[in-house]
Amino acid sequence: MAAGSGALKDATAIVGIGQTPFAKRLPEDERTLACRAVLAALDDAGIAPGEVDALASYTMEETDEVELAKACGFGDLTFFSKVGFGGGGSCATVAHLAAAITAGQASVGVAWRSRKRGSGPRPWTNTTVQLPTPAQWTRPFGLLRPADEIAMLTRRYLHEYGATRDHLFNVALACRNRANQNPAAIMYDRPLTREMYMTSRWISEPLCLFDNCLETDGALACVVVSAERARDCRRTPVYVHSAAQSLPAQHHGMVNYWNDDPLTGPAWSAARHLWKHSDLTPEDVDVAQIYDAFTPLVLLSLEGYGFCGRGEGGAFTEGGALETGGLLPVNTGGGGLSEAYVHGFNLINEGVRQLRGTSTAQVPGASACLVTAGEGVPTSALLLRS
Amino acid sequence: MLRPVPDADGAPFWEYAAQGELRVQACGDCGELRFPPRPCCPHCQSFASAWRPVSGRGRVWSYVVAHPPLLPDYAAQAPYNVVVVELDEAPRIRLVGNLVTGAGQPLDSLPPHRLRIGARVRAVFHDGLPQWVPERS
Ligand SMILES: [Zn+2]
Repeated sequence: MAAGSGALKDATAIVGIGQTPFAKRLPEDERTLACRAVLAALDDAGIAPGEVDALASYTMEETDEVELAKACGFGDLTFFSKVGFGGGGSCATVAHLAAAITAGQASVGVAWRSRKRGSGPRPWTNTTVQLPTPAQWTRPFGLLRPADEIAMLTRRYLHEYGATRDHLFNVALACRNRANQNPAAIMYDRPLTREMYMTSRWISEPLCLFDNCLETDGALACVVVSAERARDCRRTPVYVHSAAQSLPAQHHGMVNYWNDDPLTGPAWSAARHLWKHSDLTPEDVDVAQIYDAFTPLVLLSLEGYGFCGRGEGGAFTEGGALETGGLLPVNTGGGGLSEAYVHGFNLINEGVRQLRGTSTAQVPGASACLVTAGEGVPTSALLLRS
Repeated sequence: MLRPVPDADGAPFWEYAAQGELRVQACGDCGELRFPPRPCCPHCQSFASAWRPVSGRGRVWSYVVAHPPLLPDYAAQAPYNVVVVELDEAPRIRLVGNLVTGAGQPLDSLPPHRLRIGARVRAVFHDGLPQWVPERS
C-alpha cells in the first residue's frame, strides 16, 4: 500500500507475546526479567533473536536498548524509539514499531516493559526528582501521589455527573473477577466483595485501596512484523488495525486542572484519531483492555473512546456491562488493578490472547479489541483485530 | 514539608506570595491570564507578561482527603485535605492548596465534613505559601 492516510491499517501484526511471572517480589533484576520476556515473545513468534532490528520502549524503563540488544543477541538495529510519559506510552511502542516497519525502516520489532514496582521504591517518594517545575504548584500542599492527583479529578467527576463509588466498585470488581480466572494474575484466588470495597481503607478520598492498581514485579514483551511476514509465523497474527498517540491542546498531565475542560482527557483526542483511521466503530469492539491504574480512569476512557456519552461512564458500568457476557467485557486478564501493574503492557498481551482465542476469560468469537494506555497523561491506544 | 522549587517562570508567583500577595501571570499584549506561568502566551504567542493582582477569593472546585502512605511530614498531619480553588476573576485558573481554619494552621485543622465543592474561600498567607480559609458569609 502507498504511504499516506490509512497506510498503517492492518499493515503489521503482533506475532509473539511473552512474559515473566508476576509477583510482589521477584529475585531477578529488571534487565534479566526484560531478557526473559523478550526471548519468550520471540520464541512464541518463532523468530530468531538475530532477526530483531527494531526496539520500542517507554519512559521509566530502566533496561536500555544497548544492554537488551547485547544480552539477547539481536542483529543490527535500524530503529529504536522511547515514548514519553510512563504508562501513557504503552500502546505507542507498538504504534512506533508498526510505523517503522510500514515505512521500511525495520522488519522485526520488539516492545517490552520490565519493572520492579512491587519490591522497589515508589516513584513519588523520590522528592528530589518530584520537585522541579510543575510540582511546585502541587506537592508542597501535600498533593504528593498520582492517587491524589487523580482523586481530585474523581471528586469533581462524581460531583458533576452524579456517579457514585458503586460505579468505581463495578470497575474494580470486573477486573478482580477476571483475575480470579487467570492463574498468572496476582489476585488469581482472591475474590473481592462489595463489603470489602466499601470498608477498605482510604488512600485519597474518594479513592480507596481497591481503586488503586497493584504494585508488581514482572516483565512483558511483544513482537511486531509486517502483515506479509506474519503469515509465516507460528501463531495467528493479531493485526494492528489502528493506532493513536495523543497529547491534547492545553493538556497538563494528571493535574489537568488548568485545562478549560479537565474531565475530557487525552482519551478523547486519541479516540478521534483511532476511529478516523479505522474501519470499525465502538459498536464493533468485542472486548477492551482499558488502562486502569485507578478505577475512575476506566469511566473517563469509556466516555473518551465513545462507548457512551459524556458523563455516562458511571451508568455504563451498571448491570454487569464490564463483566464476561456484558456489553463490553474489560480487562479480561484482570488489568492493572488485579492481574499486574506493569505500566499497562499486560493489557497489550491480553488483547493479543483474546484475538488468538486463548484468554482465560475468552470472549467467544472476539475479533476486535481496543487497548489503551494511561489516561490522564499523554496517551496512546491500539485497535487490534484478528 | 516540601518547599516549592520555582522555575524561572514561576519564581514571581512565590516572591509575591512571600509578601502576602496573590498574583497571576497575564499576557503583556492580549491580557489573557494563564496558569501555570510559562514563557509565552498560548493565545497570541507574545513573550511579554505582567503579574496581575487578584482578589484571592474563589470557590472550591474539588478536594481530596489524603491518607498514608505519605511522606513523613505529611503523614504526621494525615488525614488532611488538598483543595483546588477556582479564582473569582478567572474560573479557569485553579490553584492547588489547603483549606485551613486560619493562616499557619495545620493541614488537618478543618474537619473534613466542612469541605464542600462550591464553598467560598479566601487566600491567606503563611511562611511564603498561600493557604485558603472558609469565607464568612
Ligand atoms: Zn496574549
